[in-house]
Amino acid sequence: MGNLFDNIEKRGISVGFDFLNQESGFGIAQTLVEYDETSTHSKVFLVGILNTILVSVLGIITASIIGLFIGIGRLSSNWIISKLSMIYVELFRNIPILLQILFWYNVVLASLSSPRQSLVFFESVFLNNRGLYIPKPLLQDGFIFVAISFVLALVAIFYLSKWAKKRHDETGVKFPIWTVSFGIIVFSTTIVYFLSGSPIELEYSSLQGFNFVGGYNLLPELLALWFALSIYTATYIAEAVRAGIEAINKGQSEASLSLGLSKGLMLKKVILPQAIRIIIPPIINQYANLIKNSSLATAIGYPELVTVFSGTSLNQVGQAIEIILMTMAVYLILNIIVSMIMNYINAKMKIKER
Amino acid sequence: MKFVRMILGFVLFTTLTTTLVFSGTLENVKKRGKLNCGVSGGLAGFSAPDSSGKWKGLDVDMCRAVAAAVFGNAKKVKFISLTAKERFTALQSGEIDVLARNTTWTATRDTSLGLNFAGVNYYDGQGFLVSKKLGVKSALELNGASVCIQAGTTSELNLADYFRTNGMKYKTLTYDTSAQSRQGFESGRCDILTSDASQLYALKSQLKKPNSAVVLPEIISKEPLGPVVRQGDDVWFNIVKWSHIAMLNAEELGVTSKNVKKMAKGKNPAIQRLLGTSGDAGKNLHLDKKWAYNIIKEVGNYGESFERNVGLNTPLKIARGLNALWKDGGLQYGPPVR
Amino acid sequence: MIYNTIQAKEAPSNTKGAIHWLKENLFSSILNSILTIMAFYLLYMIIPPLINWMIIDATWSGSKEEITKDGARWIFIKEKFHHFVYGFYPEEFYYRPNLALVLTFLYIYIFRKTNNKNIRYFIFFSYPIIIYTLVAGGFGLEHIETHKWGGLLLTIVVATVGIIVSFPIGIILALGRASNMPIIRTLSTIYIEFFRGVPLITILFMSSVVLPLFFPSELEFDKLLRAIIGITLFQAAYIAEVVRGGLQAIPKGQYEAADSLNLPYWKSMGFVILPQALKISIPNIVGSFISLFKDTTLLLIIGLFDLLAMVGLTSTDSNWLGFETEGYVFVALVYWAFCFSMSRYAKTLEVKFNTDNK
Repeated sequence: MGNLFDNIEKRGISVGFDFLNQESGFGIAQTLVEYDETSTHSKVFLVGILNTILVSVLGIITASIIGLFIGIGRLSSNWIISKLSMIYVELFRNIPILLQILFWYNVVLASLSSPRQSLVFFESVFLNNRGLYIPKPLLQDGFIFVAISFVLALVAIFYLSKWAKKRHDETGVKFPIWTVSFGIIVFSTTIVYFLSGSPIELEYSSLQGFNFVGGYNLLPELLALWFALSIYTATYIAEAVRAGIEAINKGQSEASLSLGLSKGLMLKKVILPQAIRIIIPPIINQYANLIKNSSLATAIGYPELVTVFSGTSLNQVGQAIEIILMTMAVYLILNIIVSMIMNYINAKMKIKER
Repeated sequence: MKFVRMILGFVLFTTLTTTLVFSGTLENVKKRGKLNCGVSGGLAGFSAPDSSGKWKGLDVDMCRAVAAAVFGNAKKVKFISLTAKERFTALQSGEIDVLARNTTWTATRDTSLGLNFAGVNYYDGQGFLVSKKLGVKSALELNGASVCIQAGTTSELNLADYFRTNGMKYKTLTYDTSAQSRQGFESGRCDILTSDASQLYALKSQLKKPNSAVVLPEIISKEPLGPVVRQGDDVWFNIVKWSHIAMLNAEELGVTSKNVKKMAKGKNPAIQRLLGTSGDAGKNLHLDKKWAYNIIKEVGNYGESFERNVGLNTPLKIARGLNALWKDGGLQYGPPVR
Repeated sequence: MIYNTIQAKEAPSNTKGAIHWLKENLFSSILNSILTIMAFYLLYMIIPPLINWMIIDATWSGSKEEITKDGARWIFIKEKFHHFVYGFYPEEFYYRPNLALVLTFLYIYIFRKTNNKNIRYFIFFSYPIIIYTLVAGGFGLEHIETHKWGGLLLTIVVATVGIIVSFPIGIILALGRASNMPIIRTLSTIYIEFFRGVPLITILFMSSVVLPLFFPSELEFDKLLRAIIGITLFQAAYIAEVVRGGLQAIPKGQYEAADSLNLPYWKSMGFVILPQALKISIPNIVGSFISLFKDTTLLLIIGLFDLLAMVGLTSTDSNWLGFETEGYVFVALVYWAFCFSMSRYAKTLEVKFNTDNK
């Protein structure tokens, strides 16, 4: 085997992963960890993975919310809402995701004005063709007290809900746990916040030279990708939600109505707990798809794994096989993680046969 | 890691040996009857199909010259358009015989990919294109700017170096194709577009309002662009190298596609050696003795090719500059055929 | 006793008619009323401007210089229509892909009408050859190089070849995964999980960059073929999962029945299990064809000019700069029409096969 390497090296071809320790030499527009041109290609790899995860997490959250509403909307007794939900699903599901990404990026976001004529909201949020600028919270010294009080409030709520559930099981007396918990959190943290002297300051974005500085900047590439992924994946989630709810036998809802449960209570206590078991697996499948689809970012230049590592790094060092294999491995691992979560949830949700 | 390395090595070795070692490129090309040449899919002036689908450009002429040298017929080329990503493996694997895809000659590429650069057919340098509205006169005023770049070029590295050495900050936007970066620049997504200067002129000519943008005077890097071949096949390496040199010498000696027939009968010994009337440069290259004659006849000399594709009478309007012959103050210097 | 016939009373006015319908379906509760009003407001915000842009203010004819209205400029689509459909396919040969399309429909029609096995076999085996010859050339027809194919033509070619070739591979993989032999089962499972676990774009990179390393350089091995290989390998994994779903849905009795007839493995699969399993998987197979059709857009990332890539390409024509919006909307409509009609078809199939089982 050593012979083999001699032969390849005689041909003047580098093989292996030594390039990971080379200086990358290029800049990346969005990095979640410390990175500059002197960092190595392994750092580029990490930056890419983190950017992939960032857009995936953002997308998963919004897609779930939109999907849930649209899915329930399709079953609504309100005619127009159910029709609109149906149109939403049929429209966006049948247009390729890449086209949607390009449309958001090249048509919608590109038509925004330059930084000097930004759209301004609340005098602190700016939207222009360089992206969305939002204020960045800067944590001051006293913030630790706020954090502690927040954690304490959470602990209190945990025990309170335990107690409330026990009491409900034993006596049937209900306790307004949601309202009370909300009150505890808001009340305690606000008081501590002001007592410790308002330890959060906002750093606002301001126009300096060519661009805005300060605050958080959500790149247009990120926005376009995020919107497109959410809107597209939401259609599938909506279908999963609808299918899950429809799969519940009609007798279940008739039985609960005849028990005198209100419609809301029926949905909460009878239908959803059964439907969720059917809904979760396809939804998690869609999460996995969303992560994979985030790789299409390379078409608009959002600096995620495929763009920076399989793109820029590959072009710099030229070792295509190694780099593409590493990229594939990352997606495989992310996929395995997602399916492990799914298996865990499935096991938890399984009807316990007695 | 070691295991993966081993497998990778094995795959590369077996495939490369079967495709390369047992057959010289020249024999392969001759047997096939066509030269496979890797070019860029659409880069005005260098390689782009025109509206009738005919390939045109400086890099395309490089391919044609090699075909003319080998077959005596410049049409025997199959152009294979490659993305930046594919170009080196396409050459390593033997899919193409020559890569002429405005590729910058760098140490890494020359030494670590099993490839050899066979010369420089265009001396380029990286520049900046900015919108006139911004009123920027020099690249040193670009602190804090957003920059559009095309991925897979050396531009990204040069840009980083330039801003770092001048203590300036910047934001990059890396696009896959030059069309995308032009679009980004046009929509105002970035303040500057950076690329090889030759490309900047091409991109500028494609803007909706070409006069709204200006190329800054600074050139921040050296970009020698040239044809590439596989390492370890010296016969082929020589053919590609000397095809380019023949075009340079022809220009220097005043041989053009129009007068080559007459010149071949002339008395000038240097021209006689070049065009194969005397000497045996052809035989030593394993080619027909009229190899250079065919190049000039079918493709023209370097100056002709330059003027036809990127020169002042084309939309790109590029002056010879560094690419003038050495005797006119440029860098193009063809070693003598002797 | 005399019985008087009492006329049936009319239903109370609040249980029928338009008002009742409105009340029941739009304003049944306060929440519903609010939602209804919001929905109508949303429609009001979207629909009129959209219709204005697409139809009323749109420019349908004339030349580029005569545009006066600020709606959609459909003349761009009109001008570039042949590019969107055929790419750079030489104009004088447009009839060939057109003929191929007509033949396809004719073949499908005959295939469904006839019961003659020989005719079916003939159709099945001659179809790919004839279509290939028509589109690509050969047997006296001029050869059209694949880099000239583009637009909708390319999209359809890649999608159909992808689905047809991936189908048998997918079935074999599904059988492999359900097999009793551990090596075959593991290999099939690894294949399926690998291709389902990575994004298509990385596979396309792999196939465009790495595949050439495995083939001798004498072989003409073009870009399109490599892309199709990548897509097929990818699609096969998804087909395999669909078929596996079908295999699992077959009652165990069927397997046992086949075994008790002492049918060897291939016969029991080929004549008993697979026909049933494939039948119930058809709606899902159509579903995965729809995803494949949408996935063909990724070809633009590796530099092939499919329908979507044509938008970018046509709008860089220096005479027609800045017409992306019209291009994207038009292409979106085309994709939508294809995918929507296929998904409707899948749905009708689902209903049809459902009743068969009951």
